[in-house]
Amino acid sequence: MKQRALAAVSEVCDPEIPVLTIADLGVLRGVEAVDGRVEVTITPTYSGCPAMNMMALEIELALARAGISDATIRTVLHPAWTTDWMSEEGRRKLRDYGIAPPSPASGRRALFGREVVACPRCGSEDTERLAEFGSTSCKALWRCRSCREPFDYFKCH
Amino acid sequence: MVQVDPFPVRFAPAGDDKADAATVTTPTNSPLALYALRRADDALILGHRLSEWCGHAPMLEEEMALANIGLDLIGQARSLYQYAAELRADGSDEDKLAYLRDAPAYRNLLLVELPNGDFARTILRVFFYSAFADPFWQAMMRSADERLAAIAAKSEKESAYHLRHSAEWVIRLGDGTEESHRRAQEAVDYLWPYTGEMFEADASDRELIAAGIAVDPESLRDAWAKTVSDVLAEATLVQPAAGWMQSGGRSGRHSEHLGHLLAEMQFLQRAYPGATW
Repeated sequence: MKQRALAAVSEVCDPEIPVLTIADLGVLRGVEAVDGRVEVTITPTYSGCPAMNMMALEIELALARAGISDATIRTVLHPAWTTDWMSEEGRRKLRDYGIAPPSPASGRRALFGREVVACPRCGSEDTERLAEFGSTSCKALWRCRSCREPFDYFKCH
Repeated sequence: MVQVDPFPVRFAPAGDDKADAATVTTPTNSPLALYALRRADDALILGHRLSEWCGHAPMLEEEMALANIGLDLIGQARSLYQYAAELRADGSDEDKLAYLRDAPAYRNLLLVELPNGDFARTILRVFFYSAFADPFWQAMMRSADERLAAIAAKSEKESAYHLRHSAEWVIRLGDGTEESHRRAQEAVDYLWPYTGEMFEADASDRELIAAGIAVDPESLRDAWAKTVSDVLAEATLVQPAAGWMQSGGRSGRHSEHLGHLLAEMQFLQRAYPGATW
């Protein structure tokens, strides 16, 4: 039953970045099956992430489709999600989708530090930040000076 | 136990089956519940103020930035309200705490309830608050209370972004045109007397500080002052002299602005009690 639940839950995607599953994203923390009941543990990327309720609903639906109706979705904050929780597979999928994956978290503290973000389309590192806050709370808007394409950057955290 | 809250929280009457919880008062013997509630109120009210910019920001990028910062803060408020509600164990929940309390029951800083004013004042307020919130959440990550430490670990990453974003704007406005400089300086002078309240601690807080649960705000004063003086100097803005500071929000004595904010924020629950999506 745990395997069946895990398989079902692993297929659930982030509603705002549909190429990533919640497992790729590191939002899925665990799936346990005890006495015919399933408990799924998830963690938010950002405190105010509005996709969390949607993901919880999608998890319930995925479990129901797999014939599991007795499920609890628990949200935990500890340990806090960081982009390090994102899988290599997840980073690759993001890049293929046109979103620059998060760079390592070092230097985040620097108040006026500069980050190097490679363009997900042409790979150039000659890029510039257009806006620190993008279309969702986890993304910023950047532009490539080489191929001139704007792109989303999944902010490191 | 220390008498922590001379102004007990009362819920306004709620609808249908929730009526029992409507008249419950704050347990006055839970400093931790009050502590979480105060921080939740700060985050919710500032988050709501920022949300008022939706559709009005001076440019698209800033429209998204202010809404995103507001969203982060409302998310932090939810985590803190959930915790406060559990500690209160009086049938309250995050929604009741946000939507069914009147102004005197709120415990937020006066700083966060002031009207947005112009863009300069909005940005300066986020800056003054974030320059405190960032080191505050970092210190809170070492709290003896696991739940607060977990909330802090999420919040400090967000407040680091808020601090950087607002600091960049303070410099751009202060060291910008004659008008942006004038407005930024007016914002600094207007907000300054409201910054002292962040460093207050009452008997209830001190009990938690002694237990290693709460952060002593006095320990953050140097970090805050350094961030503020560095950024204001780069922005060519004059830092006001230390002086008399406004106070009262932590004990429920608010400016007239909070009631107007709540009237708008709570309208739906007041007009249609128990309404849900």
